[in-house]
Amino acid sequence: MAHEATMSPLAHADDHGGEHHHETPNVFGFWLYLMTDCVLFGSIFAVFAVLRNQYAGGPSGKELFDLTNVGIETAILLFSSITYGFASLNALAKNKTMVLVWLAVTFVLGASFVGLEVNEFSSMIAEGNGPDRSAFLSAFFTLVGTHGLHVTCGLIWMAVLMVQMMGPQDLSERMMNKLSCLSLFWHFLDIVWICVFSFVYLAGVM
Amino acid sequence: MAQAHTDHDGSHGSYSAYLIGFVLAVILTVASFAAVMAHVLPPSMTIAVLTFLAIVQIVVHLVFFLHLNTSREQSWNLMCFIFAAATVIVIIGGTLFIMHDTAINMMSR
Amino acid sequence: MLGKLSFSAIPLDVPILVGTFLGVAVIGLAVLGAVTYYGKWGYLWREWLTTVDHKRLAVMYIILAIVMLFRGFADAIMMRTQLALAYNGNPGYLPPHHYDQVFSAHGTIMIFFMAMAFMTGLMNLVVPLQIGARDVAFPFLNSLSFYMTLVGALLINISLFIGEFAQCGWLVYPPLSEMQFSPGVGVDYYIWAVQIAGVGTLLTGVNFFTTIVKMRAPGMGWMQMPVFTWTAFCTTVLIMASFPVLTVTLALLSLDRYLGMHFFTNDAGGNVMLYVSMIWTWGHPEVYILVLPAFGVFSEVTATFSKKPLFGYNTMVYATCSIMVLSFVVWVHHFFTMGAGANVNTFFGIMTMIIAVPTGVKIYNWLFTMYKGRVEFTAPMYWTLGFMITFSIGGMTGVMLAMPAADWILHNSLFLIAHFHNVIIGGVYFGYIAGMGFWFPKAFGFKLNEAWGKRAFWCWFVGFYLAFVPLYILGLEGMTRRMNHYDNPDWYPWMLVAEAGAIVIACGIVCQLTQLYVSIRDRNLPENLDLTGDPWNGRTLEWSISSPPPAYNFAVIPDIHGLDTFHTEKQLGLKAHGKPLAPIHMPKNTSAGVFIGLFSFIFGFASVWYIWWLAAIGLIGIVATMILRSANRDVDYYVPVSEIEHNEEVYSRRIAAAQAAE
Repeated sequence: MAHEATMSPLAHADDHGGEHHHETPNVFGFWLYLMTDCVLFGSIFAVFAVLRNQYAGGPSGKELFDLTNVGIETAILLFSSITYGFASLNALAKNKTMVLVWLAVTFVLGASFVGLEVNEFSSMIAEGNGPDRSAFLSAFFTLVGTHGLHVTCGLIWMAVLMVQMMGPQDLSERMMNKLSCLSLFWHFLDIVWICVFSFVYLAGVM
Repeated sequence: MAQAHTDHDGSHGSYSAYLIGFVLAVILTVASFAAVMAHVLPPSMTIAVLTFLAIVQIVVHLVFFLHLNTSREQSWNLMCFIFAAATVIVIIGGTLFIMHDTAINMMSR
Repeated sequence: MLGKLSFSAIPLDVPILVGTFLGVAVIGLAVLGAVTYYGKWGYLWREWLTTVDHKRLAVMYIILAIVMLFRGFADAIMMRTQLALAYNGNPGYLPPHHYDQVFSAHGTIMIFFMAMAFMTGLMNLVVPLQIGARDVAFPFLNSLSFYMTLVGALLINISLFIGEFAQCGWLVYPPLSEMQFSPGVGVDYYIWAVQIAGVGTLLTGVNFFTTIVKMRAPGMGWMQMPVFTWTAFCTTVLIMASFPVLTVTLALLSLDRYLGMHFFTNDAGGNVMLYVSMIWTWGHPEVYILVLPAFGVFSEVTATFSKKPLFGYNTMVYATCSIMVLSFVVWVHHFFTMGAGANVNTFFGIMTMIIAVPTGVKIYNWLFTMYKGRVEFTAPMYWTLGFMITFSIGGMTGVMLAMPAADWILHNSLFLIAHFHNVIIGGVYFGYIAGMGFWFPKAFGFKLNEAWGKRAFWCWFVGFYLAFVPLYILGLEGMTRRMNHYDNPDWYPWMLVAEAGAIVIACGIVCQLTQLYVSIRDRNLPENLDLTGDPWNGRTLEWSISSPPPAYNFAVIPDIHGLDTFHTEKQLGLKAHGKPLAPIHMPKNTSAGVFIGLFSFIFGFASVWYIWWLAAIGLIGIVATMILRSANRDVDYYVPVSEIEHNEEVYSRRIAAAQAAE
């Protein structure tokens, strides 16, 4: 158990020697936030599970879902996961240029994921199968949309970090903490996506 | 500052760890898609397979991408995750239990 | 351009509201005028509004809670008066539209903005001091949490004067809260106020959990942690596990209302019962979020004033943890009548009864702590004793309601209302007031007046029974809650008694205000001053430092060797620290919290009224402030040794003065 007598997350900023280099409270605090996010997604999954058959005469998942599209989205997210991993490794090696390159690649992948999702949603809405069509579709749009919203927030955060990294923050201890937090966030969203493609899309087309 | 991190490179992964994780994730994802698209199993079996594969893949991601392990440094992270997972199970399981029972009892579905 | 907002939204036709508005405006202008007249704006801004010091945030939280108590109590006494009048054809003075808003606002304000704010305030004041930390883990987030809570409170109070409040109870059950039946902005005010405050609470949970896990003084293992910190810890766990569910539930309701989705609607496959289940998945842990810290207060108060270690520290900790876990599997007892079958109701009924066991353990622990102790009957101790009696009764009626068969008779009757006020007033409120009296000298350096504190207690205690025992009887006689008027002559006398009880409680609140006034007036009398920092011969670390403590709390971080180390060392006459002083690393004050709060307010208000361009400005403002804050590198400073030495010297002189006076 860590009995750190430090008073603030900043207490480590000047702690270069690192004789008791525990994970800082920042990353742990962010992990806790992710756990609350986990409960948040869990609740939405519970709602989806309850409402999954309430088509109200509207289309079911079988008629709506395009597994090819889902497959591409999944592949993009998996790739973005490993590219972010490469960015983290380069950050540890203090190779700023490569961090920026890999973050840029991750950003493009994430943005194309969001683009595909927006495309999927808009074509469904255009066909009259929007979230107001049935309880099933409300739950579907909300669950998948909440994940998409998280990815979008992650993208904004990534862009901000890239800009800040080019400025005076460089790869300081504080920036490394931020990169670790975003890394947890990004990989966590992958885990949520595993549940989405398994229980929403794949289970939905059966 | 750089050496501050060298002592726990292990907890931040390495290229090989990311690649192993990635390959495993791809295999598991493809298996999930195949289980559904092949239409060989009855639906209830397919759901069971999907659930199993999803859980395995979650563990793979946790270990290889989020670097969750049983080391002392990570013990709180792990404990919090277990507690959160238990909470999620209670919420999903409880909600389904209650709503299913209500629907049967009230003949509303 | 202004969405739904227009001049007709201002209820000029309701004299009560116009009067209230004038009152609030006069008081508000007087306060602002006084601050300007004495030239205190700079001081207020630098020292309080932008502070990240947990002790000052605590004070602001508790002030907010007390103001909200007035608002919530005003609602309460209005309801009691309405029901004392509206009998046998007399419509009373509150038309249903207004009355429904009053009872909805009463519950919402008392839970979210009185109790939660008070609880967070106490946690802020005490937890870092008890574990020997210099601040919380994330001081800036702490300030942000406060402003989120404040914004929620502001939104809900603005609904008094601009628009209306929800008319569907404090948990806004659909389908009544859906657009079809509540087309006004009342439910939207509810949603945004609670959502924004909920974010603040969630951040508080994360913050204090991290603080307790990572920042305890060296040597303080889990079983050396003071009981209040333990209860705060369990509360933060419950906050993190349950508040996301509230966020989701209310978000889904707002999607129904704003985007025409069908989660909880009557048509298109929506499921009303799902909302009820979801909201109570949060709602039941919530009551334990409120009551656990109160249990912690009682443990500290009882041990200190009985001059004995707490009886059964270990069982107290285990009881707290089992309550924490069990509180997550009992939520159906709030809606046994919804129509679930015997399986579900039996399971949740039994779990509910089980939760009474650890609670009973705690009651016995407090009783045995007092047994053979030299109990000093201070005002906090009065509240504690009042709690033990009242809460036990409330607990027993709770077990009655836990039986599904009995609940089918009592559900939504005034019996239920009496039960939960019995535990919330008798448990939560008494606890927080005991805590306020107990830790007041720590925050301000002088004690609260005992005589007025005891008068307040007696008024509350007697008033409580006068107001709520009739409600038990009325419930058994079949009177349901939220009734605007009635014709049954048997109910009328009891309603008059309940009204009398509410008036006695009002006297209690007046006594509390007088207590504050008298205490501040007489603060420099020698018997009121707390020079030593340890006015009660306390047991835990917060009493080892000066009152009020310096911004950095501890000049030297203490070493802990066991439970109640401070008390043991005091008994043995050991001086706690001989370690050399070093510069102390502290966070700087920041205005980022104020600005995020301001933009959240704009966002919330604009969303209530469908002013989308303004909501966008609010949202962009929030994000921009966060980005600017994250780019700011000038966020910390060091307290030089000379300053610490000076503070320590002043403190030693005060201790010497106190000893000379004895």
